[in-house]
Amino acid sequence: MHKLLARLRLLGRAGLEGFEALGRSVIMLSRAIFGRSVFGSRYQLLLAQLYSVGVLSLVIITVSGLFIGMVLSLQGYNILVTYGSEQAVGQMVALTLVRELGPVVTALLFAGRAGSALTAEIGLMKATEQLSSMEMIGVDPLKRIVAPRFWAGFISMPILALIFSAVGIMGGAMVGVNWLGIYEGSYWGVMQNSVSFTDDVLNGIIKSVVFGFVVTWIAVFQGYDAIPTSEGISRATTRTVVYSSLAVLGLDFVLTAVMFGGL
Amino acid sequence: MRMRTMEISVGAFIVAGILALVMVALRVSGLTVTTSSDSYQVVAHFSNVGGLGVRAKVSMSGVAVGKVVSIDFDQETYDARVVMEIEGRYDNIPYDSTASILTSGLLGEQYLGISVGGDDEYLADGDVFEDTQSALVLEELIGKFILNAVNTD
Repeated sequence: MHKLLARLRLLGRAGLEGFEALGRSVIMLSRAIFGRSVFGSRYQLLLAQLYSVGVLSLVIITVSGLFIGMVLSLQGYNILVTYGSEQAVGQMVALTLVRELGPVVTALLFAGRAGSALTAEIGLMKATEQLSSMEMIGVDPLKRIVAPRFWAGFISMPILALIFSAVGIMGGAMVGVNWLGIYEGSYWGVMQNSVSFTDDVLNGIIKSVVFGFVVTWIAVFQGYDAIPTSEGISRATTRTVVYSSLAVLGLDFVLTAVMFGGL
Repeated sequence: MRMRTMEISVGAFIVAGILALVMVALRVSGLTVTTSSDSYQVVAHFSNVGGLGVRAKVSMSGVAVGKVVSIDFDQETYDARVVMEIEGRYDNIPYDSTASILTSGLLGEQYLGISVGGDDEYLADGDVFEDTQSALVLEELIGKFILNAVNTD
């Protein structure tokens, strides 16, 4: 009986801690966004973060977009050619990328490439007491450190997802049209007939905006909330990648159900 | 100097994003900048529209000249009422032209084809096609075929 109660108590404590962390993250985010304004130029802080979060992620995003588009085209061709409808490869590649793979894969790569870096950076700032010294001289670290990083991730994510989709579709065209010999007119024509701007492209952008929000939020919070030891930072970095990947995949199902599932 | 290269690269990043959006919008989703202002609507009644959907293309001699805007059931005439939007520059479709629902390829999607008639008058906004040809429904065709086979016995 006592053991059972102890178990129950452990479960309760874990639940409470989870909710507490959720509450802290909401407070952190709202203070970072709506808190008192920052000392110095906001523009330059945001610019530096846009560079390190967005521009430096471009290489991995374009390369993986290119390869995913090429693989989709190759796989789609091999299946569709048995039905004699290989001209639908363009439609398949475009819809898959614009609706699903563009936002989702970009968010996963972004969590690994930029999210983990954000967590480690903020966590190390906390461990070396840079954050508390900032508070000491009257600078709000939430505004100075967290807010520009959050906005940079939020802005970069849709741009990266769009670039991913565009590069992927061009990679698909490269394999499908130039290598496998699908007629170029039907590759693009069938694609244009089936992809709608509002239903497919805009919904994909909405997805990537949501993912950008969630991934950067998790990343900056895990860094800000990390236990200020080397082990704590390594755990926080791991948690960022795991939590944001799970959040992205889970949210993707919900968003897809709402957008395309007729829910 | 470092600030300058950073600004330039962030600017290039945002331009790349906008270019990707334009490419996806124009090249992939076929969004046309021309608004519906220079187009006109024509109506056709069909006894069966088959698998025709909204946004299906309207073609003349295989060239897309417009798209289907709405399909609904007409409760007075008990048939399907298809409204299509035809680009303004194709304003000389003869009044006695035929609208028929066709299928592209064996398993392809259905579209609306206009076979040109010989009238001197042209279809204008709000006009109705007098001659239409419904979609070919495979089940009906098979049904007729079986009925014929039974009757000849």
